[in-house]
Amino acid sequence: MDTSSLTRISEFEWRIEPQGDMRVPGIIYASKDLVQAMDEKVREQVTNVASLPGIVKASYAMPDAHWGYGFPIGGVAAFDAEADGVISAGGVGFDISCGVRALHTGLQRADIEPVKDRLADALYRTIPVGIGSHGKIHLDEAGMDAMLTGGAKWAVMRGWGEEADLERIEEHGCMAGAQPGAVSERARKRQRNEMGTLGSGNHYLEVQEVDEIYDPDTAKTFGITAGDMIVSIHCGSRGLGHQIGTDFLKTMVTRAPEYGITLPDRELACAPIGSETGQAYLDAMRSGINCALANRQIITHLTRQVFAEVLPKATLTLLYDVSHNTCKVEEHVIDGQPRRLYVHRKGATRAFGPGHPDLPAAFRESGQPVLIGGSMGTASHILAGSQEGEALSFSSACHGAGRAMSRRKAYRIWKGRQVIDQLREQGIVIRSPSSRGVAEEAPGAYKDVNAVVDAADKSGLARKVARLKPVACIKG
Amino acid sequence: MWTHFHHEADIGVRGIGHTREEAFEEAALALTAVITEPEAVTCTDSVTVDCESADPELLFVDWLNALVFEMATRKMLFSRFHVEFDGPCLHATVCGESIDVARHQPAAEVKGATYTELAVCEDEPGNWRAQCVVDV
Repeated sequence: MDTSSLTRISEFEWRIEPQGDMRVPGIIYASKDLVQAMDEKVREQVTNVASLPGIVKASYAMPDAHWGYGFPIGGVAAFDAEADGVISAGGVGFDISCGVRALHTGLQRADIEPVKDRLADALYRTIPVGIGSHGKIHLDEAGMDAMLTGGAKWAVMRGWGEEADLERIEEHGCMAGAQPGAVSERARKRQRNEMGTLGSGNHYLEVQEVDEIYDPDTAKTFGITAGDMIVSIHCGSRGLGHQIGTDFLKTMVTRAPEYGITLPDRELACAPIGSETGQAYLDAMRSGINCALANRQIITHLTRQVFAEVLPKATLTLLYDVSHNTCKVEEHVIDGQPRRLYVHRKGATRAFGPGHPDLPAAFRESGQPVLIGGSMGTASHILAGSQEGEALSFSSACHGAGRAMSRRKAYRIWKGRQVIDQLREQGIVIRSPSSRGVAEEAPGAYKDVNAVVDAADKSGLARKVARLKPVACIKG
Repeated sequence: MWTHFHHEADIGVRGIGHTREEAFEEAALALTAVITEPEAVTCTDSVTVDCESADPELLFVDWLNALVFEMATRKMLFSRFHVEFDGPCLHATVCGESIDVARHQPAAEVKGATYTELAVCEDEPGNWRAQCVVDV
């Protein structure tokens, strides 16, 4: 992106001044290098979002922002229902409530190293992964409704987890207000056999080592020290969420004229929050959130089974579970007044700061753990929500590195076998059904995640706490 | 003819043909190529697909999304497509086989077709183009 038309507010904050149909400015949080590496389309999309009815304060882009559909990925925007605000399916994305869950293991690298391959094999055998895979849980209509209403809480009630897990999940594991009746038959059909599956693309399950601590006090609060082994799970609401996105993008596009909404581009499809379409989307999207929470809960259960078999001394407890594709109703203070806003985070992680009432007691003083995913060979990070984040970005931060090149280009450059062998030399074992999938996800195809989290830290969106490096990765 | 076009995070699929039907068929091949090499998919089973939309561009997105749905629920990949239009309706017969992970090495699952870079147009007489970005 050309920085000459941006106003530089500070080293890590850039402003797109309101012009044309923009109702608010655009704000990008990133270093100069990261901004320059962003596609011009990011500016276009941030600008377009700024023109939507009822948007409050600004249209934000996180340090990992890149060209998405409608909203940029790494985009944050809040809308006020009382100011004719809208809700957008493209502002959430197809993979509703895609997110990261991190688990403590109680183990150190030395415990895992001798059985690393056996552990990776057992995880790969037990957790369905990749295209064409299906889970062992098959839901009938009543079971589907219960899952869509109950989320991870439903999964725990069915025996896939422990009551204590729920405390460490956003919304305590169950998104309120889900109405399964708004979820189409096609969405249900896509999900019937997909519970407890990881998916493909950039989704993964990784065994990771905490290799650097930046903030010892907060790390202690989060229960992590250098050398600890962590399991991270990155996946979302599978076929059900994808189909809800598909269904409502179309409904929003076709009904926009009825609602008097002029779309600068059809990809910005949205509906007034109070409209029939807006409410139906909220009902379905919240069901999709529960599907994602249930899915990560079931995968956690399968992971525990594997560790019980391979490393029985391990105790897998939740560090935290946070999503990065959602729209949530939250109270934020605008010009000194509390307002109830519909905050869209698309490829952006909620990052509540210290003292936020929705945080579990354990994190009330430290701020919320913010889990940032890596890509097989590169680091993942744990950050903590900051006090300043509330004023900067409705308490939101980045979600990952973002791609540096297309899948096709990566596939032309690397071969899957070569990537797997190179990573093995670095001590990282990979299990995947698809050699091509591994090539497309090669670490070199991604931007530098360290630069992204540095920008998040220095801009005040969230504070760096710890870095994790992969040891074993199960990939779709 | 089909191609993929650049999109930073996802993939653009484009079909080009002498007719709108052919452009839709080629774009469907581009969709398969996001997942696997189309020539590796043999044609053993046929499925019929029907969509309806008065807007030709929305019909194109519906067409790709119908294929995404059939692939996901039948655990199949498709390599041969026959498309016919009847006013706002699309009728298609698509042919392929069950996913064989070892042989097809399926890379990325397509989550859905988007309205980004969406176009269905006749660039010059007898040269149709149908395209959009798909989320992977």
